[in-house]
Amino acid sequence: MTELAQIRNFSIVAHIDHGKSTLADRLIQSTGTVADRDMKAQLLDSMDIERERGITIKANTVRIDYKAKDGKSYVLNLIDTPGHVDFGYEVSRSMRAVEGSLLVVDASQGVEAQTLANVYQAIDANHEIVPVLNKIDLPAAEPEQVKAQIEDVIGLDASEAIPISAKSGLGIPDVLEAIVTRLPAPKGDRNAPLKAMLVDSWYDAYLGVVVMIRVMDGVIRKGDRIKMMQTGALYGVDRLAVLKPKMTDIAELGPGEIGVFTASIKQVRDTRVGDTITHERKGCETALPGFKPSQPVVFCGLFPVDAADFEALRDAIEKLALNDASFSTEMETSAALGFGFRMGFLGLLHLEVVRDRLEREYDLDLITTAPSVVFKLHMKDGEVRDLHNPADMPDLTYVDHIEEPRIKATIMVPDDYLGDVLKLCQDRRGIQMDLTYAGNRAMVVYDLPLAEVVFDFYDRLKSVTKGYASFDYQMMGYREDWLVKMSILVNDEPVDALSIMVHRDRAEARGRVMVEKLKELIPRHMFKIPIQAAIGGRVIARETLSAMRKDVTAKCYGGDATRKRKLLDKQKAGKKKMRQFGKVEIPQEAFINALKMDG
Amino acid sequence: MDDWRHGGFGLYLHWPFCTSKCPYCDFNSHVAAQVDQTRWQHAYLAEIDRIAEETDDRVLNTVFFGGGTPSLMDPDLVAAILDRIGARWRRANDFEVTLEANPGSVEAGRFRAYGAAGVNRLSMGVQALNDRDLKRLGRMHSVAEARRAFDIARDTFGRVSFDLIYARQDQALDDWRRELTEALSMAVDHFSLYQLTVEEGTVFGARAAAGHLKGLPDEDRASDMYLITQEICEAAGLPAYEISNHARPGSESRHNLIYWRYGDYAGIGPGAHGRLTSPAGRWATEAPRGPEEWLQRVETAGNGETPRELLSSSDQATEYLLMGMRLSEGIVLGRWQALRGADIPADRITGLIDLGLLWHSEGRIGATSTGRPVLNALLRELLA
Repeated sequence: MTELAQIRNFSIVAHIDHGKSTLADRLIQSTGTVADRDMKAQLLDSMDIERERGITIKANTVRIDYKAKDGKSYVLNLIDTPGHVDFGYEVSRSMRAVEGSLLVVDASQGVEAQTLANVYQAIDANHEIVPVLNKIDLPAAEPEQVKAQIEDVIGLDASEAIPISAKSGLGIPDVLEAIVTRLPAPKGDRNAPLKAMLVDSWYDAYLGVVVMIRVMDGVIRKGDRIKMMQTGALYGVDRLAVLKPKMTDIAELGPGEIGVFTASIKQVRDTRVGDTITHERKGCETALPGFKPSQPVVFCGLFPVDAADFEALRDAIEKLALNDASFSTEMETSAALGFGFRMGFLGLLHLEVVRDRLEREYDLDLITTAPSVVFKLHMKDGEVRDLHNPADMPDLTYVDHIEEPRIKATIMVPDDYLGDVLKLCQDRRGIQMDLTYAGNRAMVVYDLPLAEVVFDFYDRLKSVTKGYASFDYQMMGYREDWLVKMSILVNDEPVDALSIMVHRDRAEARGRVMVEKLKELIPRHMFKIPIQAAIGGRVIARETLSAMRKDVTAKCYGGDATRKRKLLDKQKAGKKKMRQFGKVEIPQEAFINALKMDG
Repeated sequence: MDDWRHGGFGLYLHWPFCTSKCPYCDFNSHVAAQVDQTRWQHAYLAEIDRIAEETDDRVLNTVFFGGGTPSLMDPDLVAAILDRIGARWRRANDFEVTLEANPGSVEAGRFRAYGAAGVNRLSMGVQALNDRDLKRLGRMHSVAEARRAFDIARDTFGRVSFDLIYARQDQALDDWRRELTEALSMAVDHFSLYQLTVEEGTVFGARAAAGHLKGLPDEDRASDMYLITQEICEAAGLPAYEISNHARPGSESRHNLIYWRYGDYAGIGPGAHGRLTSPAGRWATEAPRGPEEWLQRVETAGNGETPRELLSSSDQATEYLLMGMRLSEGIVLGRWQALRGADIPADRITGLIDLGLLWHSEGRIGATSTGRPVLNALLRELLA
């Protein structure tokens, strides 16, 4: 057990690419927590996808033993938090488990939208915040300007910001000292009944569910009988450990400490993040406030390319669900795509990550349908229905009005690109809420329909600003608008997986873009194919894909038979990647690409 | 009856050398400063003997010297090969011996000697009747030379064919119409008219990939060119009997018909492919593409082929379909279904007939004039 005065719990707040994971690696390395020979880059990002994309998806923790200049030994618990907007809920709950934050800002880039969002969460959690200027050794570093920005935009005193280079290790000892001297020690009562916060949980193939906790009061020991206060479930603690970052057994965890336990819990869904853990007997009276569970906001259909893989897809989703309680799933049947699942995600990145993992870890080929948000249908009989899938849109005569989710989007952008950003937001039915400047960077706040953002807004933003803009959002609730379902007909047959909800005023433009895109995406057939967009029975846009005129091999003699046969066999296999609608074959990528708007 | 007997039996010999490599050509050809023709003769004769061992009970229908540029072969070498062939097989009454020739003046000087050696059909790589385009295609001869060579060939061989390439860079529809009409006026009875295809691994392929190959027709113009080619040739009495081959009835290339009717053929020489039926089944044979590698293999192992591959019945069905559907006469449905081991769903045939792409008559199916330009798509449908 460690005395409270010798514990410091902290997280690192940063925009993506500002060096959060590299700084974490250096802290771990320079304190000898992990031997040099065991170091690999971005130690805390354990999923392949995290390392590949350079992002953190799951919160991670590491316990660092540090001997400070005052001669005393300290235990530093670092909770590494995700940087992406989709995983904002992970950030907020991790923040509640620690007392301070390092605010890492890239000295050459300055404050970005995600920095802002995350630092406000740290401020909300009453954190002590130590600003750290990273990449100070880059020629483009402008530490004084970035300090001024931290003071102007965030309102934090940056005069004692620590200049570092996480890459080269410069300034790392200063950071360790600042953690000890500038961040507060946790509080808690060792003699009170056990009160611990469930910070996170994940599934381990060997151990079952691993639960990460922060002890507030009392002491937890191996073998204890414990109770989850929200669910009422009782468990015996099989194993108690701290993460260094390897799991290292420990006899007990007292107030202020962070660690993990296993208790023969079968799936992640049995644990609720934010729940309070206490002893079965002589437990604490009042639970911690708890967290609002995260809600999926983006929905899409996932279908196996090969219908025979449906069961394999079901198994894969069940396995993923063991470790990720944040997506929702229900079976879906599409006339066009057969059996599949409608899945809900925290955001588009979350969608991509889950889809990538399904395809990669379970070797599945999937068709992803257009992402959609949850619309609220106010029926004439007063009922309010959630619409997750445009294909399920009921007859309009029963619908009084439709509401859609709106977000508050914060965009930071160099003023050279401001005009493009404003145009993009206007085009996406945005309402400007605020526009302020800090130096040559503008901060724009827009009220936007989530439906307009969910698809390719972030890609478009990156492209119109050459990657210089940063973006973050918060959900703002629902608002009524004139929304209609637009159907797409290919060769006079409706393709349900291509129908979308769209604002009536923009339906013609969207319909035109979609049918033009589909004309490009669907290969020519041996007959001509009309492609139409329609609202109800009314066609609002139409294109005709003309019949293929020429596809024949000029020369084919005795020496070509083998090659041509193999080519045909390959094309036959390629046809499996297409979906047959009546007589028309639609390639799987068309279902997503048809939705992309270039303007 | 062995399936191959529907198509006959021919022998293909590959001469892999050219004086220069054409930028569009993806055939197995090599430029060599010096070729030891005696060494090649030994190798060819040894291979002929080897193939004869397993097929000498057959009647040989055709021989084809392809390349490369076989008109660079010493006429004595051609004669020695044909003598050996004559000694090893019974030859068909209408035995056909074709040699591919460059229409250059040097080659034309050898035509008579080839005729004396037993070649009775010459296939000339004229390619264009326009000097600018001949240069662009990397050809060494001029139009005037080609015309002279053609006249000599006409006097020497009973049958002469020539090749033209169309849908060239900057070629207008009317340019092609004029050129084709001029070609038809030269009293030919067989034409191979190829649409220029940019192949990977060629100079044109690299240029196209870099965006430097400009002025090629788009799908619509290419299609129009194909259509007028059919019209003009048909009006001149040389209808297409295959996608790119036109002949007066009776003047078709008997050797190439063996491929398209999916008969058996032995392939001798670097990179040559063959189809040979034995009691064990039908084999796909292949030889290494490198001339030196092939020679050494023949000289040391006594066999120029790489290990043979036994074709499954369904592979044979696919090959019969993809070769046979190129012909105006189409394929015998029963023969195809026997190879694929199952009948094709009737609605697949009727669906394609309804689209006007396929005909079905007297037990045969074939591509219509609408179906032929999109034959690859048609084949994919039939194989689906």
